[in-house]
Amino acid sequence: MTQYDGKVVISLNVNGEVFEVAVRPADILLDVLREQLGLTAAKPGCLNGDCGACTIVVDGLPAKSCLMLAVEAEGHAIETVEGLGGVAAAQRAFVDGNAFQCGYCTSGFLMVCHSLKAQYPTVPEEYIIEEWLQSNICRCTSYNEIRKAVYMMYE
Amino acid sequence: MKKGDSAKILKSCDVVAEHSYHLPPLGHMAMEVRTAHAEISSDGGVFITSSSQSPYSIRKQISEAFLIPSGQIEVFVPFVGGAFGGKAPVMLEILAFLASRSVGGKPVRLTISREQDIATPPCHIGLEADIKIGATKDGKIQAAELIYRVDCGAYTDIAPYMAKAVATDCTGPYHIENLTCDVVCVYTNHTYATSFRSFAHDSYTFCIERTLDMLSEKCEIDQLEFRLRNIIRHGSQTPSRVAYTKSGMGDLSKCLNSVKSLSGWCGLNPTNIKKDTVRAKGVACIWKTENPPTDAISGALITFNPDGSLNLHTGVVEIGSNGATMLAQMLAEKLKIDADQVHIVSEVNTRTAPEHWKTVASLSEYMAGHAVMRAADDIVNQLRNIGAMALNRPNDEIEISHGRVFSNKNPERFITLKDLAQGYKSLSGESIGEPVLGRGGFMLKGLCLLNPETGEGKTGPQWTLGAQVVEVEADLKTLTYRIINASTVIDVGNAINPESIRAQIAGGMAMGISLSSREGFFYNENGVLSHPNFRSYKVMHIGQEPNYKVAFAETPDCTSPYGVRSFSEHGVIGMPAALGNALSLAFGKQLDTLPLTPENIWRTPTEDF
Repeated sequence: MTQYDGKVVISLNVNGEVFEVAVRPADILLDVLREQLGLTAAKPGCLNGDCGACTIVVDGLPAKSCLMLAVEAEGHAIETVEGLGGVAAAQRAFVDGNAFQCGYCTSGFLMVCHSLKAQYPTVPEEYIIEEWLQSNICRCTSYNEIRKAVYMMYE
Repeated sequence: MKKGDSAKILKSCDVVAEHSYHLPPLGHMAMEVRTAHAEISSDGGVFITSSSQSPYSIRKQISEAFLIPSGQIEVFVPFVGGAFGGKAPVMLEILAFLASRSVGGKPVRLTISREQDIATPPCHIGLEADIKIGATKDGKIQAAELIYRVDCGAYTDIAPYMAKAVATDCTGPYHIENLTCDVVCVYTNHTYATSFRSFAHDSYTFCIERTLDMLSEKCEIDQLEFRLRNIIRHGSQTPSRVAYTKSGMGDLSKCLNSVKSLSGWCGLNPTNIKKDTVRAKGVACIWKTENPPTDAISGALITFNPDGSLNLHTGVVEIGSNGATMLAQMLAEKLKIDADQVHIVSEVNTRTAPEHWKTVASLSEYMAGHAVMRAADDIVNQLRNIGAMALNRPNDEIEISHGRVFSNKNPERFITLKDLAQGYKSLSGESIGEPVLGRGGFMLKGLCLLNPETGEGKTGPQWTLGAQVVEVEADLKTLTYRIINASTVIDVGNAINPESIRAQIAGGMAMGISLSSREGFFYNENGVLSHPNFRSYKVMHIGQEPNYKVAFAETPDCTSPYGVRSFSEHGVIGMPAALGNALSLAFGKQLDTLPLTPENIWRTPTEDF
């Protein structure tokens, strides 16, 4: 295990680009993404791993960037909504399926769905979709729309 | 509220149902916590950025509290990550301003933690109620005596206004000639209360609708049929004595009949599915009028881009209710252009956007809608004048459609909007007219304060009525349940954006089910809120939701732009009541408290009432 002491410079691979950032060992990845790299799609909602608004994708799987130290992310491939470019199937499905209202939770849900599609190239069973999406909270929609968007993502 | 002689009539009623209710306060739980940023420039200008539904209230309160001319204060609101009424009060902005002032005006950002966001800023009211309603044996309601005690918390935000709103609509949408209703705002040692989606209507509706189910049971009449016999109709008045009109309130019988088929309503009794498992449905009727200041204002400004598209500036904050899109639709419809030719200025700056009272009460489409209509008229008039000069035709021949300005005598000869909107330059180089700028202002009219003796008066411009049904599958042994279906039919006036309206209503239903099935503020013996985070204050997650069915009745409100009615809050109103009615039926108990957890159901005695 690498030991970090004081402020250190690490490189982060975010959306296919490598960035050098100076971080304290206690800095969480969410803050570094937002404040140092200006990638504000991942949102702070609880800083406790409960709401999923800060969800990003790490090495192909969803992760909560409020529960991950920036130093832990070194050597891993990180994806955020900014890397989806507005053209990912999940993004199109969320627009077409009217799957957001205020939009604050949307980035997190998009990253879960984007990763789901990568892991399951064809539509998985409903309970798998639910298991994947239960990590996130939406307070605006009825969830029926998000559920529908997941299926639309596979069309 | 006082009408007729409720005490005397109640004594002569064939059946009377009387019950008390206790509803805890709740959290808004918007996904974005509240946050404010303040800085003060060296010349005394105050700049506030906030996640707020009420930028103009921030300007007003800081101006009044610190004696700063309002023109020196600029409030900016970007996209807001959910609000639900919880971002209408002014709170953090004042603290951020004070903090900035104490460090010589340097920028200060104040963002509170999720835990603070739940426990500290104002929350949903708690409510205690004593309800007594009497009816004839054939199910005609004769009289009601209602006492509501609103848990205001430790300070006053706008709980007294909510008490007034409860009084205004206190009976639910029913014809009741003899009524006494007192609403008392009570200071408690709880978190202080403010507006929450539906402005307290979800709370009193639970108490009324639960009692109506008790009455219908005593009368042995189907719960939905019982309501149909008593709904507000021609010849009825609201509690504050506003006469029913179809345009003003909509058609509740249509909603009830429609929700009957939508929900597969099957009446009176629960259905046995298997041993110890039953299915049951509960119904509730909803209504809501608004309680804005009688002089609330709104406005719209419209400018053109060189490509002929328009910019629409209003003071409406986009909090997820899609108000700005509907305003753009109205403008596009009026100018007969595509909606994508209207660019919405989504972020609100109080210095550049005309004042809009607050983005609350589902009034954006009504108030800002009127302002947009007037601004559109203003634009049409200007385009007509310039078009008449440019085409050399009389003004009354000029029409505007699909981005073209032309004479109706010769539509083949036209000038495009983009060539006219910035002033016209003729082929010979002559300049005609001037750039077109649209402006529309709006101020509510015809509202008044309530008469202090009788409660008489009109507080809001319109009503929205509807009916909701919840279906549950209940395990009689464990007192657990699954919510299977939830149906809502609301008279939304003209549904000008059906999918958006459906999604708003379904979202409201989801919130109503979440808060009534699992949410509530509870304090330990030291008066400390016992679960101030998402891990212990559980809101609904995906997989726990029922199937939502939404339909509309469409009775246009002839006083509102394109006949629209408010709809953004209303999905939430009847869900606690309909769920409570379904579960009371399923478990054979008169449930009178929220949330409807197995534990609370277990605590409720099984007894005759």
